[in-house]
Amino acid sequence: MQDKKNWEPNIIGFLCNWCSYAGADLAGTSRIQYDTAIRPIRVMCSGRVEPSFVIKAFSQGADGVLIAGCHIPADCHYTNGNFKALKRYETFLPLLEELGIEKERLRLEWISASEGEKFAVVVNEFTRTIRGLGPLNLCKGERGHAHMMEVFK
Amino acid sequence: MNDIRIGVYVCHCGSNIGGVVDCKDVAEYAAGLPGVVVSRDNLYMCSDPGQALIKDDIKAYNLNRIVVASCSPRMHEPTFRVVVQESGLNPFYLQMANIREHVSWVTTDTHKATQKAKDLVRAAANRVFYNEAITTSEIDIEKSVLVIGGGVAGIQAALTTAGAGYKTYLVEKKPTIGGVMAQLDKTFPTLDCSACILTPKMVDVARQENIELITNAEVVGLKGAVGNYEVTVRKRPRYVKDDCSGCGACADACVLKGRIPNQFDYGLSKRGAAYIPFPQAVPLKAVIDNENCLMLKNGKCKQSCAKACERGSIDFGQKEVEVQVKVGAIIVATGFKPFDAGRTTKYGYGIYPDVIDALQFERMTNASGPTGGKVLTSKGEIPEKIAIIHCVGSRDENTNAYCSRVCCMYSLKHAHLAMEKTGAQVFNFYMDIRAFGKGYEEFYKRIQSEGAHFIRGKVAEVTQKDGKLRVKAEDTLLGKILEIGVDMVVLSTGLEPCEDASKLAEVLHINRSQDGFFMEAHPKLNPLETPTAGIYIAGCSQGPKDIPDTVCQSIGCAGEVLRLLNTGKVALESTIVQIDGDICVGCKICENLCPYGALAYSQEDNIMQVEAAKCKGCGTCAAACPSKAIKQQHFSAEQVFAEIEALLERGQ
Repeated sequence: MQDKKNWEPNIIGFLCNWCSYAGADLAGTSRIQYDTAIRPIRVMCSGRVEPSFVIKAFSQGADGVLIAGCHIPADCHYTNGNFKALKRYETFLPLLEELGIEKERLRLEWISASEGEKFAVVVNEFTRTIRGLGPLNLCKGERGHAHMMEVFK
Repeated sequence: MNDIRIGVYVCHCGSNIGGVVDCKDVAEYAAGLPGVVVSRDNLYMCSDPGQALIKDDIKAYNLNRIVVASCSPRMHEPTFRVVVQESGLNPFYLQMANIREHVSWVTTDTHKATQKAKDLVRAAANRVFYNEAITTSEIDIEKSVLVIGGGVAGIQAALTTAGAGYKTYLVEKKPTIGGVMAQLDKTFPTLDCSACILTPKMVDVARQENIELITNAEVVGLKGAVGNYEVTVRKRPRYVKDDCSGCGACADACVLKGRIPNQFDYGLSKRGAAYIPFPQAVPLKAVIDNENCLMLKNGKCKQSCAKACERGSIDFGQKEVEVQVKVGAIIVATGFKPFDAGRTTKYGYGIYPDVIDALQFERMTNASGPTGGKVLTSKGEIPEKIAIIHCVGSRDENTNAYCSRVCCMYSLKHAHLAMEKTGAQVFNFYMDIRAFGKGYEEFYKRIQSEGAHFIRGKVAEVTQKDGKLRVKAEDTLLGKILEIGVDMVVLSTGLEPCEDASKLAEVLHINRSQDGFFMEAHPKLNPLETPTAGIYIAGCSQGPKDIPDTVCQSIGCAGEVLRLLNTGKVALESTIVQIDGDICVGCKICENLCPYGALAYSQEDNIMQVEAAKCKGCGTCAAACPSKAIKQQHFSAEQVFAEIEALLERGQ
């Protein structure tokens, strides 16, 4: 466990391949500097992100989870995967609090392939929020995961 | 899983990564990760020696999984997949860690960057354990092309693909092809007549038997994927049958003749509701404008057009129809929309009749235009002084931040034409002169030597006093405020994305850049294709550009399309889903989630089945399957979990 002073948040970012991952790439290509705490994971579509990915992340020690996809209504490379992500997010959000996880720790954003700047802004803002909230002290690892899955049953 | 043997390769990318990330440290760290047999850092992994390094190691160490930590997988994943494949392994046994775009380029903090790079490498090495071999099957390509937009870009693209022997559908929104180029008078820097170089190509389109021209039509639907697109084209009625000879008798007879502003002349002339778009239109057929035609609007008119038509071609009963076309590839060449000068009120456009925009001036100087090629003020007089204001709607935070690229050059052309036709004194108010192309700087010198005045300064306002226009600006080279009285002001308006760019982007699922123009897959490595495979962008739909660049880009797109069609086959998406029939209970939750109808219920087995050719590999069904019977190839829950777990094992 890192000490409180040197605590660095663990943030997982699920980025859709077509818009948000490309947006993150553009932030890099444009050399826009942002907080390095985020750890991106590429998925083909934000609609691929299932609740268990988020549960998994929190139970493994993530302090924040960002899901980013193509702009609604119609930017989605797969027609409407972004709407499915939105629906899942809206359904899932109230449950987080049941688990003792502040809902600010899960964020859904629409970031297009041309929005490198927005990607950096969102990441910085979100990281600031998570730093403000401090570490998420859940029961971690297998036990934590099992506990969470129990709640969702 | 004991026999997993991983090789990790950390790329310096010169100093792009190595300048920030301690690549040696990352490689040494990776050597200690589970399953890693060999771990190295190298200056350029994508170079021949870098690729050879992987191949040699695969042989020497009997590796069966490869992790490359370098640039974005969107850049070099295909490169390294080939390397892995050429070494006899399945290409999907490669996993990349993006330590350039997502790490070294977004921070200068070596400690944090190195830590993040280690985390990403650890995640990739953990994930690659679960990567599975994927064999992508190939399907036949529909050997035809759709070109959207019939300006010079679309015309050139269609002529090239059709000339190579492929059936080409050319869809144009307006009743005729030709686009903006057909409205121009002369072209810079050669001053050759625009129509003279374009109309032969337009005629070629009509003659080319492989081209099916669909005018007055728009693309409203798209299904399928690269190689096999199904396109829905909505054809608006022309109210004139195909046997129209283009004689123009209906246009002469129309009771509204001379009453409706003619958009081809940017409102400088008037036409009727029945009209021929312009004398060289292709197809040369009349069209009836349903917004104005009394018969179509009110159902009441003496129908003199129909009476005048010898062939009886007028048909008020025509309805909108939708046609389906199947194509292997699509070229988007929808051009641009001229900036509406009315949005910048300080120049008096729309207030003072002698403040006109560039395209109105263009029509005026055109011999077949509304003034027969004469440059005249609204009072019909020859102007003695003309001001040309550059950068209207370009390089301006209030309108468009980007440079429209062509305005400097066409402003020089306008200066030349104005002086030639009127002998007037011409004042160019400019910010910089951007004469970047072949022969352009020479053209600039020529116009200067012809006596045009150049004043470096943005015009503050245009007012009118005693019937004369007054142009106020600071000459920034002299540091003096000037006010010049002129008889005519020509606004060099910029280029904006075409009106339906946003609608079309939605239909085609292609992206737009920040400026609103369509976005290419990569500005340098893949500048003609969009991120959606098989859809290409040419001309001003991609960004403002002049005619030579437009034509080059069109031929380039056509070349890409021919390359694709010549292969005859296209691989199915690698990330498609599979359904485990032993687990699936046939609940059908996934069925309605699939936007492509790729999932179907099998009554016989009481399970869902995937039609691989229809699946595009988004994985949204996999996310929703309550029994976890659906697996997305290369993005299985197992693989994503492995990444999550490893990313969150901090400080080890």
